[in-house]
Amino acid sequence: MSQPSALSTNGLSRRKFMAGTVSAAAAAPLLTSTARAEAPTATQPTLRQPVVTSLRINKQAYELSLDTRTSLLDALRDHIGLTGTKKGCDHGQCGACTVLVDGKRVLSCLSFAVMNDGKDVTTIEGLASTDGKLHPMQQAFIDQDAFQCGYCTPGQIMSAIGCVNEGHADSENDIRDYMSGNICRCAAYPNIVAAILQARGETRGA
Amino acid sequence: MRPFIYEQPTDISAAVALASNFTTRDDQPTRANAQFIAGGTNLADYMKLGVAEPNRLLDLNRLEEQKLRQIRVTEDGIRFGALVRMGEAADHREVKARYPVIADSLRLAASGQIRNMASLAGNVLQRTRCEYFRETSWACNKRVPGSGCAAMDGFNRQHAVLGGSDACIATYHGDFAQALIALDAVVHAEGSRGARKIPFAKLHRQPGDTPHIETDLAADEIVTAIEVPALPWARRSLYLKIRDRESYAFALASAAVALDLDGETVREARIALGGVATVPWRASVAEDALQGKKLDEASAGAAADAAFAEAQPHQHNAFKIELGKRTLVRALLETRDMKV
Repeated sequence: MSQPSALSTNGLSRRKFMAGTVSAAAAAPLLTSTARAEAPTATQPTLRQPVVTSLRINKQAYELSLDTRTSLLDALRDHIGLTGTKKGCDHGQCGACTVLVDGKRVLSCLSFAVMNDGKDVTTIEGLASTDGKLHPMQQAFIDQDAFQCGYCTPGQIMSAIGCVNEGHADSENDIRDYMSGNICRCAAYPNIVAAILQARGETRGA
Repeated sequence: MRPFIYEQPTDISAAVALASNFTTRDDQPTRANAQFIAGGTNLADYMKLGVAEPNRLLDLNRLEEQKLRQIRVTEDGIRFGALVRMGEAADHREVKARYPVIADSLRLAASGQIRNMASLAGNVLQRTRCEYFRETSWACNKRVPGSGCAAMDGFNRQHAVLGGSDACIATYHGDFAQALIALDAVVHAEGSRGARKIPFAKLHRQPGDTPHIETDLAADEIVTAIEVPALPWARRSLYLKIRDRESYAFALASAAVALDLDGETVREARIALGGVATVPWRASVAEDALQGKKLDEASAGAAADAAFAEAQPHQHNAFKIELGKRTLVRALLETRDMKV
């Protein structure tokens, strides 16, 4: 999935407008070779000096120049334009921002982007195959009607994949317990559990 | 959030040297200009809220010493590297078999995502979630020494009934720490003044007049490992956690229990309480009350009464005394009935 085209395939005009804005904005923090040549060479870092961070996101390499305070979540959404990952509470309480880092589910809101330098990040945008075929977990959420408003859904799906791969989806009770870091205000919980039960076989090792 | 310089030391001595350069001997680790970060689940949150304001973060995740990431089981016990993540330790086969109380305490803490992120050392050093500590507009002696305590006359349902002072009644919210203090764990730390071992029971400090001093650590000291001595009978141990909801919530009351039984008679008991105290709380009086006794509802109740004899309730948390006692009684009886 190439970056700008992925962002502009979303269809409706508002989405298209936002995607366009974001991908244009994304050009700024992405370092060009000129910018890199001008980067300060001093060995002592200083406050407010941006830090170059390399991330591999959904199998694509990105190099960003970031304020150290930028969360991984804000790097994904505001700097790269991958807005599928949602900001709910921004304090690690809701799970909406869940992504996989080196295959493990984590909260992107509580992780400074600079701490993820060199890491492999998977977001909801990276799940479907290039031909558009959905990941089994995405398909299961549709089949089981596992959402209403959909805001928590990307985090639920990423967390569900992590939960299965950690080996904690053996029973409905386990799923409820190990998914408790993902809050759903529409209370689609029974259907979320059903979706994970449906997809767990195809998800393992996927 | 205050701007900060981000550094990635590559070994322990480099990390200590950096911390030492940018802190003084009198700095508290939680108030120093340079602070260590590992999982970040606690510190990043408090930096966003303006509660923690380091201007230099020293990321420990690139330290090359592999022992920091290992769990080693030996004849002497088990040694957890400080950077081991909560989820790894909770799922570790030997930990689950030899020290169920440790595995339980980790499994029942936080969420799957947080357990993947948070390091074991960071977990035991986590700071209170007292609402008045978290929100910078309130008076809080822990956050701003001498400013007062808004919890005393505030909504203190979550607050401590044991180990408080006139200055602070903030609860220690961790779970793992209760298992560690019950098992006589030892913390290994390295700083500019060398390496040392700290008995787990001496790591955290009760608030007293100085609630801003939370631990025994210096600002340039790094926890490198947590060691739990061998205790064959700890196979009979568990952690019981009572909360407002069944998952992903802090304890209102919890109990870590390990029992050495001769039939139904207690040879030795280890008991720690969570959710009710300002620090990880070893209930030695309850242990003593049980020694040599037949463990039944009556003796467990007497031990629980002893554990809470000094409890001091506030307006909204008096229920924790009864809840704490019942939690301990249930934990003791369930531990007795474990098939090991």
